[in-house]
Amino acid sequence: MSLTDITLTLRRRMLDVLVKTKGGHIGGSLSAAEIYTALYFGGVLRYRPEEPDWSERDRFVLSKGHASLGLFCTLAAAGFFSETELDSYTLPGSRLGGHPKRDEVPGVEASTGALGHGFPFAGGIALAGQLDERDYRVYCLLGDGECQEGSVWEAAMFAAQQRLGNLVAIVDYNKLQAMDQLTKIVDLAPFAEKWRSFGWDVQEVDGHDLGALINILNIPRQGREKPLCVLAHTVKGKGISYMENQPLWHVRVPNDEERKIAEAELAAAGEVQ
Amino acid sequence: MRNSYLRALQELAEENRNVLACVADNGAIVYDKFREKLPRQFINFGIAEANMVSAAAGLAANGKIPFLYTIIPFLTMRAYEQIRNDVCIQKMNVKLVGIGAGVVYANLGPTHHALEDIAIMRILPGMTIFSPASPQEAYLATKAAAAHDGPVYLRLGTNKEPELFDAAHCFEIGKGVFVRDGGDITLAATGSILGDVLKAAEILSLKGISACVVNLPSIKPLDVEILSSSLRRTGAMLVVEEHSIAGGLGSSILEGLAAAGALTGAIGLMGFNDTFCQGYAEHGALKAMNGLGVKDIAERAETLLARKQR
Repeated sequence: MSLTDITLTLRRRMLDVLVKTKGGHIGGSLSAAEIYTALYFGGVLRYRPEEPDWSERDRFVLSKGHASLGLFCTLAAAGFFSETELDSYTLPGSRLGGHPKRDEVPGVEASTGALGHGFPFAGGIALAGQLDERDYRVYCLLGDGECQEGSVWEAAMFAAQQRLGNLVAIVDYNKLQAMDQLTKIVDLAPFAEKWRSFGWDVQEVDGHDLGALINILNIPRQGREKPLCVLAHTVKGKGISYMENQPLWHVRVPNDEERKIAEAELAAAGEVQ
Repeated sequence: MRNSYLRALQELAEENRNVLACVADNGAIVYDKFREKLPRQFINFGIAEANMVSAAAGLAANGKIPFLYTIIPFLTMRAYEQIRNDVCIQKMNVKLVGIGAGVVYANLGPTHHALEDIAIMRILPGMTIFSPASPQEAYLATKAAAAHDGPVYLRLGTNKEPELFDAAHCFEIGKGVFVRDGGDITLAATGSILGDVLKAAEILSLKGISACVVNLPSIKPLDVEILSSSLRRTGAMLVVEEHSIAGGLGSSILEGLAAAGALTGAIGLMGFNDTFCQGYAEHGALKAMNGLGVKDIAERAETLLARKQR
């Protein structure tokens, strides 16, 4: 299966699970589909699904924990648990909750949900790797709205000070937060300059361009002094027309008619290729 | 307590390179020896406690044992959600070491006092809480915190406490200990105010009242057994703490006794009663200004005794 097909399959699965279980944040899961694909299927992350605690694995922390729908669909596709388990998402008896929990779900590095926690946690993992002279890399996916949290910038300063060259922050820069556009709430611009001024290397990329993402994310395992921030310009709700760029679809379940439209659009996207 | 904590921490760090001394830019020179000897195990996170706690959880997730040290309100209140989510929910082996218990930072004012920390730390599932009364006990509690796998909150005073115990003193998680015998009333305390309670017991003895004193350096888990047996024996118990009455040691004792079906006799709680600490003075005088002086403790014990005898 091509990486494009994998991405499309992930989007279909996100929609399918959402409709079946009536749980999940769809907008910010769809926007990150290419990021998940690049990390798990584009040769970026080193991991062993049959040995999730493998000490040499690269670590991925989902700081925007509300996008667990996307993460779980990805982890299932990568073999950490079965695809059928996804159908239990957020339902009684399931270990797959609305936000990911470490120690309960194979492949989940951090229990997240409250914003501004996963990123500093990832900094701690990167520091441990550096202290122990290990060559694993730490990738952390943040929401753009999440970057309004002060703890994100505490962690950014600290990572630069400690020269955590093994740390990559990926911002799902879809320009929307729960209630509106970021520019209308608390704007982050100039966003790249902010990260640079905090001592980070910054790369801006079309977050739906798989080739570009893979190139940028595959940093060398050694020799880097600065942490890297990848500002991935994305579209919230990507792939389903009526969800794209609509704050309403931050967290919402499609009705029957909306579901049919979404399925038809994702099917058509497959035929176009 | 501070220096004995640092001594214990340095010994632990020399034995185990995963033990990390983490600070949020406090203690200007007190870490010099540690830094000189173990520079790779010392991390100054700067004045950013939220990041320090979350990052410590990430360090612990990868085998490190971080000891986070700063003034109590900055640690337990500024970074409370980080303690709850990143340390406790994830059951991380992080040690939270707060300095400045109660109103020991007396004339620095209420921003630097710690009268709510026991309450908010003890409601966190999985959190263990130690509150030593003397330098020796702080040393032992630090070692016990390291030996315990899981989150620990270590509530320290400052560096001026007198030693109350001899070299044979023991510290055991979940254990209280009688530090004075007596049969008329039980006085229970935690932290450095234990010294004041012992003085109050002396005053009472001059009046012919025999008070036993229970030291409770382990607040969670709490030694309910020693308390219930002492209460049963004396029929009266006064709990004294340099903390808010609401939610503190006294509340914890009442919960424990109630759960054990051991609520009986006359019980009194002494501490800060829905108020911040008022005024400025050195530590001892400030406690007295706020109704927590040695004399106040003795008087309150007498009142309680009268209630028991009615």
